[in-house]
Amino acid sequence: MDLSVSFLNACLALLAMWGVIGFAGLIRPHSVEFAGRKLFPLGALCGLGLAVIGAVSVAMPVERSVLPIGLPDLPFHVRRDALSSVFLVLLGGASCGISIFAAGYFRKGEGALPGLLCLQYHIFLASMGLVLLADDAYSFMVAWETMALSSYFLVTTQHRIPEIRHAGFLYLLIAHVGALAILLSFGVLQGGTWHFTFDAMRAAHLSTGWATVAFGLALFGFGAKAGLVPLHVWLPEAHPAAPSPVSALMSGVMLKTAVYGMLRVTFDLLGEVQWAWGLLVLAVGLVSAFYGVIFAAVQTDMKRLLAWSSIENLGIIFTGFGLTIVFAGVGMRPVATIALIATLYHCLNHAVMKSVLFCGTGAVLHATGERNLGRLGGLIHRMPWVAWLTLLGALAIAGLPPLNGFVSEWLLLQSFLFAGEVPHTFVNMLLPVGAAVIALCTALAGYVMVKFFGVVFLGQPREATLTQARDAGLLERLGLIWLAACCVALGLFPVQVINALDEVAQLLLRSPPGHWSTEWWLLAPSAARQASYGPLVLFALTLAVIVLTVLGVRLLYHGRVRRGPAWDCGFVRLDARMQDTAEGFGQPIRHVFETFFVVTRELPTPFDAAPRYQMTVGDWVWRGLYLPLGLIVRSSADLVARLQQGRIATYLLYSFVTLIALLALVL
Amino acid sequence: MTTLSAVTQTLEVIFAALVAPAFLGWVNQCRAWLQNRRPPSVLQPYWGLRKLFHKDAILADGASPLFRITPYVVFGTMIVAAAIIPSMGTRLPLSTAADGIALVGLLATARVFVSLAAMDIGTAFGSLGARREMMVGFLAEPALLMVLFVAAMISQTTSLPLIAESLSVGVHSLYPSLAFTGVAFTLVLLAENARIPVDNPATHLELTMIHEAMLLEYSARHLALMEWAAALKLFNYACIGFAMFVPWGATREALGPLGLVLAVPVLAVKLVIAGAGIALIETLSAKLRVFRAPEFLATAFLFAVLGLLVHLLLGT
Repeated sequence: MDLSVSFLNACLALLAMWGVIGFAGLIRPHSVEFAGRKLFPLGALCGLGLAVIGAVSVAMPVERSVLPIGLPDLPFHVRRDALSSVFLVLLGGASCGISIFAAGYFRKGEGALPGLLCLQYHIFLASMGLVLLADDAYSFMVAWETMALSSYFLVTTQHRIPEIRHAGFLYLLIAHVGALAILLSFGVLQGGTWHFTFDAMRAAHLSTGWATVAFGLALFGFGAKAGLVPLHVWLPEAHPAAPSPVSALMSGVMLKTAVYGMLRVTFDLLGEVQWAWGLLVLAVGLVSAFYGVIFAAVQTDMKRLLAWSSIENLGIIFTGFGLTIVFAGVGMRPVATIALIATLYHCLNHAVMKSVLFCGTGAVLHATGERNLGRLGGLIHRMPWVAWLTLLGALAIAGLPPLNGFVSEWLLLQSFLFAGEVPHTFVNMLLPVGAAVIALCTALAGYVMVKFFGVVFLGQPREATLTQARDAGLLERLGLIWLAACCVALGLFPVQVINALDEVAQLLLRSPPGHWSTEWWLLAPSAARQASYGPLVLFALTLAVIVLTVLGVRLLYHGRVRRGPAWDCGFVRLDARMQDTAEGFGQPIRHVFETFFVVTRELPTPFDAAPRYQMTVGDWVWRGLYLPLGLIVRSSADLVARLQQGRIATYLLYSFVTLIALLALVL
Repeated sequence: MTTLSAVTQTLEVIFAALVAPAFLGWVNQCRAWLQNRRPPSVLQPYWGLRKLFHKDAILADGASPLFRITPYVVFGTMIVAAAIIPSMGTRLPLSTAADGIALVGLLATARVFVSLAAMDIGTAFGSLGARREMMVGFLAEPALLMVLFVAAMISQTTSLPLIAESLSVGVHSLYPSLAFTGVAFTLVLLAENARIPVDNPATHLELTMIHEAMLLEYSARHLALMEWAAALKLFNYACIGFAMFVPWGATREALGPLGLVLAVPVLAVKLVIAGAGIALIETLSAKLRVFRAPEFLATAFLFAVLGLLVHLLLGT
C-alpha cells in the first residue's frame, strides 16, 4: 500500500516538474539554445517517467489524496485509478516523442520568445496531466481551463498573422462554450448534495431524466473539445495554426482528454447508463468520422488535411464509445468490454500516429517553408528519414496491418459483429450498418493517406527550391523514431497492451477479467466466436516471403539494374506540373460526395488576358449553422447597443424609470 | 498442428503460386473463344513471366527505394493471403494469424503500396492510375468487408476456414442474404482485379487505364512480380468467393489424407468454371466510363449492406 500511494505522488511530482521546467524557461527567455536543447529534453524525460509510472500502476489499487492548494474551503482532490493511468501513459508516451522533436524544432524568430513558448508548452502538458488526476469538479475545471488557455497562447504563437488570430479566437470561443456545458453537467451531477467532489457525484442518485441531462451536457462540452460534428469548426483552423509539435500535442493528446472526460462522467460518475444514449453518441461519432475523412480528402494544406483526419479519428473513437454504452446499457458486458477496449486502443493509436504525421509535416515545413501540397513533392530523396518515418505513421493511420491502426479497427469491427444480438428490434438492425460506415471511413482514410504521402514525398519536386531541402536534425529524428516505434510496438504486441487496458474495463464496466488471447502473440477476444489475429506472425510471415522472393529472384535469374529516363508511354517532355496536384488527387472524392461540400468555382472567361482558375471547398455546417448564429448574436448585440448610447442623461433616465417602477411594485 | 494440416498449408501456397498464372491464362483463353479470336495458350502468362525475369531491369531516374521494394511487398502480401484463404483445406495453421478482416487489410496494404509506387516517378500516367485505383478501392474495400461481415454473422466467426466449414455443413439451408452478397462480391471481384467493366486489362488507352497505368514504369523482374501478384490476386479473390459461396470440397479433418487428394481436382473444377464465368461477364458487358465506376461500386456496397439487412431481418 505504501508503494501504491507513491505512484500518485510520483505523478504529481512529475507534473510539478513540468511546471518548474516551464518557468525555468523565463530565466533566459531569448535563448533557443537553453530552452530547446536543455529544457525540452528534460520535459521529454518527465514524459517518459509519467508513461512508465502509468504503465506500472495500471493494475494497482486506486489511490487518492488531497492537495493543500486551491481555495481555503476547496482543496484539490486527486485520484489515480486504471483509467487515469492509461491516459497518463498516452500523455507521457506521446509527449516524450513530441518534446524530443520540439527540442530540435523551435528556431529563432518564430513568433513568441523561446522562453515564453517553453512556459506555455509545459504548463499545457502539466494541466493535461492534472485533468487526468483531478477528483473534484473544482480542480478539474481549473485544470481544464488552464489547458484551454495555455493551448490558446500556443496556437497564437504567430499572432501577427490575422488568420491565426482569427483561428485562436474561434478556438477560445468554442472551448469556453464547451467548458460552460461541462460545468453545468457537474452542476447536475452533484444531485442536490452541493458537494462537488467526484466521490459525492458517484454517491448521488439521479433520476433517469436528470442523468440524461447531465450526459447530454457532458457530450456537448466534451464533444466541443473533441471536435465532433457540428462542433468541429475550430479544429481545422486552430490545429494548423499552431507550431507543428503543438499541433501534434493538441491533436494527439488534448483531444483525448475529452474522451477521458466522457468516459469518466459516463461510466464512473453516472454509473447507470441508458442504451439510448449510446445511439446518440454512435450517430454523432459516425457522422464525424465520415465528415472528417471526406473533408480531409479534398484539403490542399497538409496540416489542415491532418486536422480533418483528427476529426475522423475522434469520430471513430466516439463510435466505439457509443457502442460500449449500447452494449453496457442492455447488459451485454463482455461485448461492451471489447468495444471499450477498441475505444481506448484507438485513443492510444491516434495519439502516436497523428503525432508522427504532424511532426513530419513540421520537418517538411522547416525544410521547405511550404504547407501547400501543390508546391511540394519528391521529398523522399532529400529527406529520407522524415519520409520513411512518416510513411509508417501514414500506413498506420490508414488502418493497414500489421501496424497499430488496424488493431483498433479490427476490435471495433469484431464488437460490431455482436450488434445483431441487441434485444431491441430495429436497433439491432441499424447498428451493423454502422460497421459499413466504419469500413467506408477506413478505406477513405487509406485514400487520404496515399494522397498525403504521395503528393508530399513522392514524384518530382513541384518547385525548384525543393531540391535544397535538408533532412531533419538529430533531435527531430529521434522524436520521430520514438513515435514511429510506438506505432510499430502497438501494432505488433496488442495482447500485452490489451491486458493492461482490461483493467480499465474492469473498473468502468465492473466486468470480470477478460480472456484476450490463447498465446502471447495471438489476439483472440472472444472464445465463442473463434476470431483471432496475430500481427507478429503475419508480419514475420510476410517478411519471410519477401526475403525469400528477393533471394530467389537473385539466385535463379540476376539482379542487374540500369537507370534510364522515365518511360511514360514514350512521352519525352515530362515535367513536374504533369503530376496530380492535391486538388487533382482529391477530385474523385469531390465528385462522388459533391452534395456534402460547398464548392465555389471561379472560372476564367475565354478572353481573359491573365486567366485564373480558383476553387474553394467549404463546409455546410459553417455556412448553415455558424454564420446564421453569428448574425443572430450580432443583431441582438445591436439591439442592446440601442440602450447603450453613451449619454449620461439617458442612463440617469434609466435609473429614474427603474426607481419609479420598483416603487410602484413595492407600494 | 498435425502433419496433414502442415501439408495442406504448404500445398495450398505452392498450388496458388504456380497455378495462378494458368488461371489468368484460362480466363484469357475463354475470352478469346467468346470473342471469336484464336486463343493464346493457357501457358502464355508463364512464358511472359519467364521472358521478363531474364531481362535487365530499368529504373527511371527519379525512382526511390519505395519503387523497388513495392513489387516484393505486393507479391509477398498476395502469397500470405493465399496461405490464409481456405482453398483446399479448412485446417490451416497460418490462418489463425489472420481472419477475414485481416485479409481485407492485407489486400488494402498491397493496394496502397502499388498506388504509392505509381506516384513515385512523378509521371502523369502514374498519378492518374494511382488516383483511379484508390477511387475504385475506397468503395470496393468496404463492400468486400461487408460481404465477409454477412458470412461472419451467419457462421458466428470471422475466421475464413471456419466460415467455409459452417457454410458447407448446411448444404440444404438457403441463406437469402448470401444471394445479395454474392452479387456484391462478383462486382467487387471484377473491379478489384481490373476487369471489364471497370478497367480493361488488355489496353493501354489512357482514357480507360487504371491498373496498367500504375505498372507503366516497371520493367523486367519487377514487372514480372507485379503481374504474377495480379494473377495471384485474381486467384485469391476467386478462392475467397469459393470459401463463402461454394465451400464444398475443401478438406475437413474427418476425411484425412484422402480428402486432400480429392480437394485438388475439386478446386481445379471450381477454377475452370469461375474463369469461364468471369470471361463471360467480361464479354457481355461494356467498359464503363471512369466516372461511372463509383456508381458501379456503390451498387456493390449497397448490395452488401442489403445482404446484411436481409440477414438481420430474416435471421439464420
